[in-house]
Amino acid sequence: MHKFTLRNVELWYTDFKALKNVTMDIEANAITALIGPSGCGKSTLLKSLNRMNDLIEGCRITGEILLDGEDIYGDIDINLLRKRVGMVFQKPNPFPMSIYDNIAFGPRTHGIKARHKLDEIVEEALKDAAIWDEVKDRLKKSALSLSGGQQQRLCIARALSVSPDVLLMDEPTSALDPISTSKIEDLVSELKKTYTVVIVTHNMQQATRISDKTAFFLLGEMVEFGDSEQIFSMPKDKRCEDYITGRFG
Amino acid sequence: MTTSTNSGKHREQIMHIVFTLSALTAIVAVGLICVFLFAGGVPAMLEIGVLKFLLGKDWSPTDTPASFEIFPMIIASIYVTTGAILFGVPIGIFTAAFMAKICPKRLYAFLKPTISLLAGIPSVVYGFFGMVVLVPLVRTWFGGNGSSMLTASLLLGIMILPTVIGIAETSLRAVPEELYEGAVALGASHERAVFFIVIPAAKSGVMAAVVLGIGRAIGETMAVKMVAGNQALLRMPKEFLKGLRTLTANVVIEMGYAEGLHRDALVATGVVLFVFILLINLVFSLLNRRSAL
Repeated sequence: MHKFTLRNVELWYTDFKALKNVTMDIEANAITALIGPSGCGKSTLLKSLNRMNDLIEGCRITGEILLDGEDIYGDIDINLLRKRVGMVFQKPNPFPMSIYDNIAFGPRTHGIKARHKLDEIVEEALKDAAIWDEVKDRLKKSALSLSGGQQQRLCIARALSVSPDVLLMDEPTSALDPISTSKIEDLVSELKKTYTVVIVTHNMQQATRISDKTAFFLLGEMVEFGDSEQIFSMPKDKRCEDYITGRFG
Repeated sequence: MTTSTNSGKHREQIMHIVFTLSALTAIVAVGLICVFLFAGGVPAMLEIGVLKFLLGKDWSPTDTPASFEIFPMIIASIYVTTGAILFGVPIGIFTAAFMAKICPKRLYAFLKPTISLLAGIPSVVYGFFGMVVLVPLVRTWFGGNGSSMLTASLLLGIMILPTVIGIAETSLRAVPEELYEGAVALGASHERAVFFIVIPAAKSGVMAAVVLGIGRAIGETMAVKMVAGNQALLRMPKEFLKGLRTLTANVVIEMGYAEGLHRDALVATGVVLFVFILLINLVFSLLNRRSAL
């Protein structure tokens, strides 16, 4: 089943064309990796899936992006879209407040006020993000007191707290050490049972290890898209092969 | 060759001295103010009795025997400053949030200079505005004769706006954009992200804005004197429609004709004010240090 359907998506930052005619389907309950050299448009594509690009002045988009068949650039509630399509950023960005309040912010935003209900959500989200055991005794402590890797898992828990369908991850491990990275990779592999995951990564090994599908981008174009196994073992496109084997990028 | 290098070195040394002297001027000025203030005020305080001076309620400098007790003025200064904070801080913070996160660029280009202008208006002009606009307004709406604690608080609230807005805006702009994005990505509206994430994240800067606002309000003299009624009487907060006299007003009203101990008691009033300002600055630098960590 397709979660996202992209048809002829083109995107401009004022005069710069950042995405050129991208057409692809993103499968539900799978991990789709977007790879390519810096500035190739992969992060831009990721951000267009929950309309975070709207925050950038001069950004225009044409074509169609459907989420479960619904045009997300049509007449929809953008806040509800972002509730359905959660996002984890490159740099951990916990709010400067307690661990508990970090997780509770999302549900509170969407109208959940009852204390016991919030307690439940917080515990569940932290468990799903595999960080509950590390923080359960200090939920009232500042989230900034956590290590970088813990902060990123907290941010994943925060994204899960509003029970999204999709999780977008923008190089979520690029600021982390190898041990934290492997924890997050394990976590992401676990999450695909419940969520659709789209992940941007610069790390080829990471894409090989965790993703089901891979799309390779170059200069705003989607050069190749297919099963990760195929892409990483016998890429069809020469440019893709060069990038994967480390000949450029 | 050697001579030109020498003269260059020489010039450099002279400039070095010029810069150092310039920098010292400010320090010397503060030092001198301290010395004269304390030298003039502290003996008077001791003569009157420190506790009596600070906590007594009777200020009758022309009676025989005269009585110099400034407790009503200390309290009055605290009242009007508190009032100014109550009016000025919420408006100031909301304005800052509006300017930093909400208002369109075109409006900002107009708003920013307007607020800078507000900071540049001489306080006597504020006082005049208070006399002809606020005093009659308070008289008609709330009763009393209009020159009151409430009027002074309102006017001071307006006067601290540029200070509060300026610092609060800077600290709101310093909040990393990632926090805002994190909130929006959870489905929070722009307003919710600003009010529940960005403003709390700028907490220490906003607190600094409040503290500087307090400093500005407590030291304000002319405008307050023109609208506060200036009765040197101990007021209760519920008497907010009655007049009162602040520490600053006390000095400016009587300094012209005061002599002997009366004059020294006014200098001692200045000492008390100065201590207040020192405390406020101390709090301000502590806040700054905390936010720097």
